[in-house]
Amino acid sequence: MELRAELKYSKSHEWIKEDGDVSVIGLTDYAQSELGDLVFINLPEVGDEVTVGEAFADVESVKAVSDVFSPVSGVVTEINEELLDAPESINEAPYDAWFVKVGEVKETEELLDADAYKAFVESEEA
Amino acid sequence: MELKTPLYDAHVKAGGKIVPFGGYLLPVQYEAGVIKEHMAVRTQAGLFDVSHMGEVLCEGKDALANIQMILTNNFDNMVDGQARYSPMCNEHGGTVDDLIVYKHSDDHYFIVVNAANKDKDYQWMLNHQFGEVKFTDVSAQYAQLALQGPKAMDILRKLTAEENIPQKYYHAVFDTEVAGIPCIISKTGYTGEDGVELYLPSEYAEKMWDTLLENGKEEGLIPCGLGARDTLRMEAAMPLYGHEMDDDVSPLETGLGFAVKMKKDDFIGKKALEEHAELTRKRVGLEVIGRGIIREHQDVYADGKVIGHTTSGTKGPFIDKAVGMALLETDYTDVGTKLQVDVRGRMIDVQVVALPFYKRAK
Repeated sequence: MELRAELKYSKSHEWIKEDGDVSVIGLTDYAQSELGDLVFINLPEVGDEVTVGEAFADVESVKAVSDVFSPVSGVVTEINEELLDAPESINEAPYDAWFVKVGEVKETEELLDADAYKAFVESEEA
Repeated sequence: MELKTPLYDAHVKAGGKIVPFGGYLLPVQYEAGVIKEHMAVRTQAGLFDVSHMGEVLCEGKDALANIQMILTNNFDNMVDGQARYSPMCNEHGGTVDDLIVYKHSDDHYFIVVNAANKDKDYQWMLNHQFGEVKFTDVSAQYAQLALQGPKAMDILRKLTAEENIPQKYYHAVFDTEVAGIPCIISKTGYTGEDGVELYLPSEYAEKMWDTLLENGKEEGLIPCGLGARDTLRMEAAMPLYGHEMDDDVSPLETGLGFAVKMKKDDFIGKKALEEHAELTRKRVGLEVIGRGIIREHQDVYADGKVIGHTTSGTKGPFIDKAVGMALLETDYTDVGTKLQVDVRGRMIDVQVVALPFYKRAK
């Protein structure tokens, strides 16, 4: 499982990069490996509001659909349109394949650093 | 509690991601992942553990008469070693299961049934048997491996003599061997590719599995899980029990008329099927026109009203299209008909297309 020290992580397996007042959100390496080959993604639109703990996107493998939950509340300022045509890039490079950028962040859930997230995943797997 | 097939440890060792299926713990995929496994079977070769499938022997002087009555297909013109697909119907014309019957010899048939239906099927057979016949559930004694793909026969030829290999599709050689391991070699499969299925005593399963993988390396053989098995059968439009058919769906609605012989004197469900000869719904193929993936159990709409539901759906890795199968009112089943599917609240445009979605070049 690959982790990046500079990122923060949610217990629902999203990574977050806090970049000034914008939060960049994607799926962790652990999440993509559990989901398997991704073949489709639904993203919100720019201007949509997202809320802590609520689904803002979904990803589909050949087998199943999974929701992606927002670790922050705010407004979508940018979406990664390249993912729409190449969802497999989430499997290939999960930490480059960001989903959305969220601004006007009003609330952020309690996030984990890389070590804490690693311990969390291991405790879930045990 | 789920059972383990004789290959459970081999799957874990090979990095299989284990899930419960049909009462068994089986790998949904290995390290390669569903798409690579799927593509291996379309372009090279894949090996599946399908030991969860059930096997029932039907023996005795009245064996043929029994299967003629219990199953919808006709079995009175088979040669030894021949296999035949058939639905098994209830009195209402619904489908108890779909299965394959092998003729070993006169008075001796070998029947392969779906894992999840094994107990139901066996009980159904016992409840409807007559005359001098004995049905025996031998599932626990057999492992089943499926070696599938354009390179499958090349791999097999390295390990057994030509005369042990059935020449024609839906034929089997009984009491033979592969790499010295006793087995039945059957030219059948559930992928739409060339290949064989091997039935062998459970205690040899791991040896056969390892031997095939070892000898198939050059040909690109890799282990494949249930995920690829499902996407492969979907592209080939092979129906799956519990999806395209069940106790309330008739084989005629599923499009299995080729295996329902209405000219036979009698069989369980014949009367009901005759009474409903004019179908009100049938199975079709759907292809997504825009973006999105359709899945099973989603409502299909025409002119704003529900006209049926999807029974399976996925993105086909080889055909690179989002496709599905659906049971629809017959008015909406012509190829080219434009419909919509409710995908978790979003309406996705689809059209009816001919089945199968994929057919291999001969």
